[in-house]
Amino acid sequence: MATKFVAFTSLGRRALPNQWDVIAFALIFGGFVLAVQAGRGMVLPLPAPRTVAVVLDYSYLPYYALRTTLRMFAALAASVLFTITYATLAAKSRRAEVILVPLLDVLQSVPILGFLSFTVTFFLNLFPGRVLGAECAAIFAIFTSQAWNMAFSFYQSLRTVPADLDEVANGFRLSGWQKFWQLETPFAIPGLIWNMMMSMSGGWFFVVAAEAITVGDTTIKLPGIGSYLAVAIDGRRVDAVLAAVVTVLVVILLYDQVIFRPIVTWADKFRVELSASQDVSESWVLNLLQRTFWIRAATRPVHQAFDWFTSLRLGAGRGGLREVVTPRVARAIDLLWFVLVGAIALYAAWGAASFVAKTLAWRDVGEAVLLTLITMMRVVVLLALATAFWVPVGVWIGLRPRIAERVQPMAQFLAAFPANVVFPIAVIGILAFHLNADIWLSFLIIFGTQWYIVFNVIAGASAYPNDLREVARNFRIGGWTWWRSVILPGIFPYYVTGALTASGGSWNAAIVAEYVRWGNDRVAAHGIGAYIAQATEAGDFPKIVLGVAVMSVCVILFNRLFWRPLFGYAERRLRLN
Amino acid sequence: MLDKASTQLLAVRNVTQRYKGSSATDDGPPVLEGVSTVLNEGEIVGLLGRSGCGKSTLLRIVSGLITPSSGEVVYQGSILKGPADGVAMVFQSFALFPWLSVLANVEIGLKALRVPAEEARHRALAAIDLIGLDGFESAYPKELSGGMRQRVGFARALVTHPNILLMDEPFSALDVLTAETLRSDLVELWTEGRMPIKTILMVTHNIEEAVLMCDRILVLSSHPGRIASEIRVTLRHPRDRLDPEFRQLVDNIYALMTRRSTSKQPGRDGLFPGSGIGMVLPNVSTNSLAGLIEEVAAAPYNGKADLPHLADSLQLEIDDLFPIAETLQLMRFAELEEGDIKLSPTGRRFADTEVDGRKRMFGEHLLAHVPLVARVKRVLDERPSHRAPASRFREELEDYMSEDYAERTLRTAISWGRYGEIFAYDETAQSFSLENPA
Repeated sequence: MATKFVAFTSLGRRALPNQWDVIAFALIFGGFVLAVQAGRGMVLPLPAPRTVAVVLDYSYLPYYALRTTLRMFAALAASVLFTITYATLAAKSRRAEVILVPLLDVLQSVPILGFLSFTVTFFLNLFPGRVLGAECAAIFAIFTSQAWNMAFSFYQSLRTVPADLDEVANGFRLSGWQKFWQLETPFAIPGLIWNMMMSMSGGWFFVVAAEAITVGDTTIKLPGIGSYLAVAIDGRRVDAVLAAVVTVLVVILLYDQVIFRPIVTWADKFRVELSASQDVSESWVLNLLQRTFWIRAATRPVHQAFDWFTSLRLGAGRGGLREVVTPRVARAIDLLWFVLVGAIALYAAWGAASFVAKTLAWRDVGEAVLLTLITMMRVVVLLALATAFWVPVGVWIGLRPRIAERVQPMAQFLAAFPANVVFPIAVIGILAFHLNADIWLSFLIIFGTQWYIVFNVIAGASAYPNDLREVARNFRIGGWTWWRSVILPGIFPYYVTGALTASGGSWNAAIVAEYVRWGNDRVAAHGIGAYIAQATEAGDFPKIVLGVAVMSVCVILFNRLFWRPLFGYAERRLRLN
Repeated sequence: MLDKASTQLLAVRNVTQRYKGSSATDDGPPVLEGVSTVLNEGEIVGLLGRSGCGKSTLLRIVSGLITPSSGEVVYQGSILKGPADGVAMVFQSFALFPWLSVLANVEIGLKALRVPAEEARHRALAAIDLIGLDGFESAYPKELSGGMRQRVGFARALVTHPNILLMDEPFSALDVLTAETLRSDLVELWTEGRMPIKTILMVTHNIEEAVLMCDRILVLSSHPGRIASEIRVTLRHPRDRLDPEFRQLVDNIYALMTRRSTSKQPGRDGLFPGSGIGMVLPNVSTNSLAGLIEEVAAAPYNGKADLPHLADSLQLEIDDLFPIAETLQLMRFAELEEGDIKLSPTGRRFADTEVDGRKRMFGEHLLAHVPLVARVKRVLDERPSHRAPASRFREELEDYMSEDYAERTLRTAISWGRYGEIFAYDETAQSFSLENPA
C-alpha cells in the first residue's frame, strides 16, 4: 500500500534543500502575490456574488451533497488534466524537469489552505459579481489539495516504464502519442488511481473549508455541505452539524462503492506482474456493468472513438536519432534557460518580499518563526502520542487477520472523513469545561490524520511474514525484545509511510484546528495556524504570505531533514521483500 | 534452406559502441569494438557469448533501437537510422503488455502501422494459429505459463511479416522442457518455410542451443566485444544432441570460449577485463567457489573435469559456470584450458581442509591475487583509525569502469574479503574497518 501525500523525488543521501528548491519557492510565492495584486488593482472592495442562502432544513442536504460532490469531481478532472500534462512534460524534457519537479515538491509542502484567501480573491476578481468566480475558487482550492501527489505518481511511473516494454514500443515504431496511450499511461494507471482515491479523501477537508469563506468583509457561501456546516456553526445548531456529518459519511460510502471500487478493480489489469495476484479486488458495480449486454453495446462507440484517438500517429516515432544538437549548442541553451529561470525567480522573490515588507517588519518575521516552532512542537508531540498509542493497537489488529479484515476498511474510511466537520463539537467541550485551548485544540490537529498511521501499521503487521513470527515463537522471543527486534523493524517502512502522510496532513489541519469558531465564540491556540487563520479573517494579505511562507519553509525542512532520511533508511534496510 | 541463393539482407560495418562516459563529451570504455558481419537470406545466425560481451547490444544495434557510437548498419540499401520496417524482435522477458489480451498484444504492431482493423484481426489470428496459440486469444498474459507467453512474443513479432526476426535469449527464462518444445517448434516452422521471415538472428549464451538451431554461430569475446570466430553448422535439422558430430562441435566451442585471452595486452590477468585494481570482479559467492572445488576434486572428476560435462551435470549455464571457474583460475586454485578445468595443488589442498583452514587459505590467495582487496587492506593498515569509507574505493574504481560495474566489483570484494576475514564492512556506515564487531 503505497500511500503517499508527500513523495520524495529521490532517496539519495543529499537531502538538504538546494538552489532549485529556492527557485521553486520564490516562483510559487511570487506567483501568489502577483495574482492578488493583479486582482486587487481591478476592483476594490471585493464584490460579493449574490448566492442563494443556505438553509438548515435537512431535506436540502442531498442537494447540497450533490453540489459538493460535483465540485470535487470537477476538481478531480482538472487534477487529472494537470497531471497528464505537467508530469509528462517533467518526465520528457530534461530542461523542464529541473524546475517542474522542485516546484511540485515545494507545492506539496505548502499548506495550501493558508492561501485560500488569495485564490478566492483572484477568482472573484476574474468574474466580478458572479457565482462562477466563487465556484472556481472552491474548485481550485480542492484542486490544490488533489493534484500534486497525482502528478508525482504519474511522473514517477513515466520514469520507471519497464525497459523491455519501451523497446517493444520503439521497435514497432509507435509514435510518441501512440506510445503515451499504449504504454506509458496504462503503466501509470494503478498508481494514479490509488493517488486519486487519496486525493479525493484529502479533498473533503478542503471542500469543507473552501465553500464558506470569509476574506475581510466579504463572505461567500456556496450551496454545499461545507456551507451548510458553516451556517450550522453560526447558528449553534448541534443537530445540523451531526446531520452534515452523517451526510458526508453516506456520500463517501456511496462514491467509494459506485465509482472508486469499480475503477480500482478495473485498474488491476494494468499492474505489471508476472503472476495473477492472490487478492483480487471485487466490485459488484463493475460486475453489473460488465455483464449487462446493452451497457457494453452502448459503450462500444466510445471505445472505438478512444481507440481511434489514441492510435493517431501524432509526434514522430522515436527514431534512433534525436535532432542532432552539438554538445556546445546544447550547453549554451542550458545556460540560457537556467539564467532565464533564475531571473524570473529573483524577480518573483523580490515581488513577494516587497509585498510583505510594505507593512511588516523583521519583528513580524520573528513572531511568525516562533509561532511556527510552537505549531511544529504540537505536530511532533501529537505524532509521537498517536504513534505510542496506535502502533501497538495496529500491530495487535494486523496480526489477527479476521479482525484486521474488518478494521482496515474502517480506518481507511476514517482517513477519508474530513475531520474539520467535527471541530466545532470540540469547541463546545472546551468552552463548557473551560479547558486550555493551547493543549486541547492540539488534539484536533491529529484527529483526522492519525488514521493514516493506523491503517498503514495494520497493513504492515498483516504483511509480516509468517515464518519470522514462527521463528520468534520458536525461540520464545517475547516482551520488549520481540517489539524491538522482531515486529517494529518489520512494520517500520509502513509506519513511516503512514506517519509521513499524517505529518503532512497535520500541518494543513493546524490552520483550521488552531482557530475554531462556534457561533460568535472563538477559541484560538498559539501557533502559526491560528496566525494565518486570523490574518485571513482580517484580510491582512502580507501577514498571510509571511505566515504561509515561514510555515512552508519549516515543513520543507522538516520533510527533508527528518522524514526523508527515515524513509530512505526504511527503504534500504528494512524492506521485507 | 542452405541451398537457397544467399542474398544479403543486412550488413553490420565496423560497429563500435561505448559506454556513456561521466560527461557528455567523454567516452567510456567500449562494449563492442569493430564488429562487422552480414545477415543473408535463409539462415539462422547465432550470437554466442558471455554476459557482458555486448551481444544484446549488438542485437539492439541491428534492430535500430540503439545507434552505434561509430560504424553503421546497412539494411535494404541504406544506413539504418532508428527502428526499421521489417525487423521484429522477441525478448527474453517476453515483454508483453499486461493490460492487453493475447490478441491485442499481437495486434499492437499492426496498430502502430495503422493497418485497417479487419485486416489486422485477420493477420493476428493467422499468426496466433501458426504459433499454436488458438484458444488463448482473449487470455491476459498473467493467466499464461511462461512458454505460452513467449509464443505470444513470437506471434507478435511474426504478424508484421518481418524480413529479419531478432531473438534476445528467447528461451532462457523458460524451464528446460518448455524451452526444448519451443525450440523444436520454431525450427520445424522454419525448415518447413511456414514463417513469413527471411532470416533469424538470435542471441544466446547456451552453446548447445546455438549448435541445435543455428546455421552460423558468431562467437563474441568479452570486454570489449569482438567477433572471435565464426562457426558454420552444416548438420541437418532436426539435429540430435547425442550425435557425435554435434558433441564435437559443442566441445570445440567450449574450448574456444575458455581459451586464455590472447595476452596481447600486458598486465592482464586471467579472463577478467581490466588489470590491477581496475579489474572487474564477477558476482560469485564464496560458497559457489568452494562448491566447485569440491565437485571437481571428488570422483568421478578427481581434480580434472570437462566443462561441458560439468555444466550438464550441475545444470549450470555457461554464464553461471564460467565466472566461478575463472575466479578459481584468478586465485590460482585451478587452471582452465581447452574446455577443461584442472585443480592446482592448492586447490586440492583447499578441498581437503576444514572451514577455518579454508578461510585462511582463501584470505591469503585474495591478498596475493586480487589487487582491490590488497589495496583495501593496505589502506586500512596505513590509517591510524583503521577505517576507510567505501566511497573512497568506489570512486577509484569508477576511473576504470562504469558505475554499475564498480558497484558490483566492490560488492564482490566485500563479500570475498569478509569470508577471508581480511576486513570487516559496516553497511550502515558504508565503511571498511579492520576489527570485527564485538
